[in-house]
Amino acid sequence: MKVIIMGCGRVGGRLAGLLATEGHDVTILDLNDYSFRRLPPDFGGTALVGNGTDEDTLKKAGIEQADAFIALTQGDNRNIMACQIAKHIFNVPRVLCRTYDPLRRDLFGSLGIESFSPTTIFSDMIKEKLLKEKP
Amino acid sequence: MYIIIIGGGQVGYYLAKALLDEGHELLVLEKDAARTAFICNELGSVAIRGDGCEMATLEEAGAGRADMFVAVTGDDEDNLVSCQAAKHKFNVPRTVARVNNPKNETIFKKMGIDVTISSTQKILESIEEEVPTHPITHLLDIQEQGLEMVEVKVPPHATTIGKTVKELRLPAGNTLLLVIRGQQKPFAPDEDTVLEAEDEIVAITTPETEEALGTALRGS
Repeated sequence: MKVIIMGCGRVGGRLAGLLATEGHDVTILDLNDYSFRRLPPDFGGTALVGNGTDEDTLKKAGIEQADAFIALTQGDNRNIMACQIAKHIFNVPRVLCRTYDPLRRDLFGSLGIESFSPTTIFSDMIKEKLLKEKP
Repeated sequence: MYIIIIGGGQVGYYLAKALLDEGHELLVLEKDAARTAFICNELGSVAIRGDGCEMATLEEAGAGRADMFVAVTGDDEDNLVSCQAAKHKFNVPRTVARVNNPKNETIFKKMGIDVTISSTQKILESIEEEVPTHPITHLLDIQEQGLEMVEVKVPPHATTIGKTVKELRLPAGNTLLLVIRGQQKPFAPDEDTVLEAEDEIVAITTPETEEALGTALRGS
């Protein structure tokens, strides 16, 4: 599977490494090449400096052949915009979006962007651990 | 009309000022506290500090009763997302977004933003039109219909001089509105009007056919 990941933070870097190890064709984008230090030393994919909301950068990353696009930058709006470009301009079959703001996640979920909010996932998980699990 | 402006930078501030002068009710949402205070000092309490992409802030700003929503921050992704929120969550009838990167106009349009204004494109066009040999001057965009009003000047040795409008190969859907000729009173041409050198012609065209219109009026 050809996967493009936008944003090489902790999550993006780790996910890129995991997918590449399993033999997927991974291209990871970040505005700053210093972020690529988070990739595993034996990373077998492609790391590309560029803006994932820019169509030309996305083409360079091979979005026209991509099977999946995942937006994992720190900015909700950047993630949402990039995902909409991937989905509606380049017709990428699977598009996943991280949206910290749960309300924005709900809105763009209803507009067809498959999106998840770490804010709700983690707070629910921690509450569950605290109240229901005994150490 | 109740208008919400996202972004209190230069564009947002001067827009707010102009719209207040026209008597509209408006609100500026600005992330920066000092900038918000500046706008309130200058224009009265028309600005609140907040993120125009946060649903809670938009709710508080009364987005549900806004007639128009204008996003003019320097970040395209913020303008897109706040306009989409206004449109789909609060059903604001008219959304206008500033687009900084001209490449983003397509995606904004596709995502249902009613009006996009590409500041970069506008500046480029204005400068281009100052080049004396520039064949077409843009006067007005009629965005909803995809039409534009332009002015074309017939150069001194154009191959079209002496031809009638009927003989020109005007692209389909193009209409000549007005001929400005020297000191004469401007007139609406008919099909028997003969082109003269230095005529300035105002016409309705489309972005796709404006080049063909230029060729039809100026010769090749």
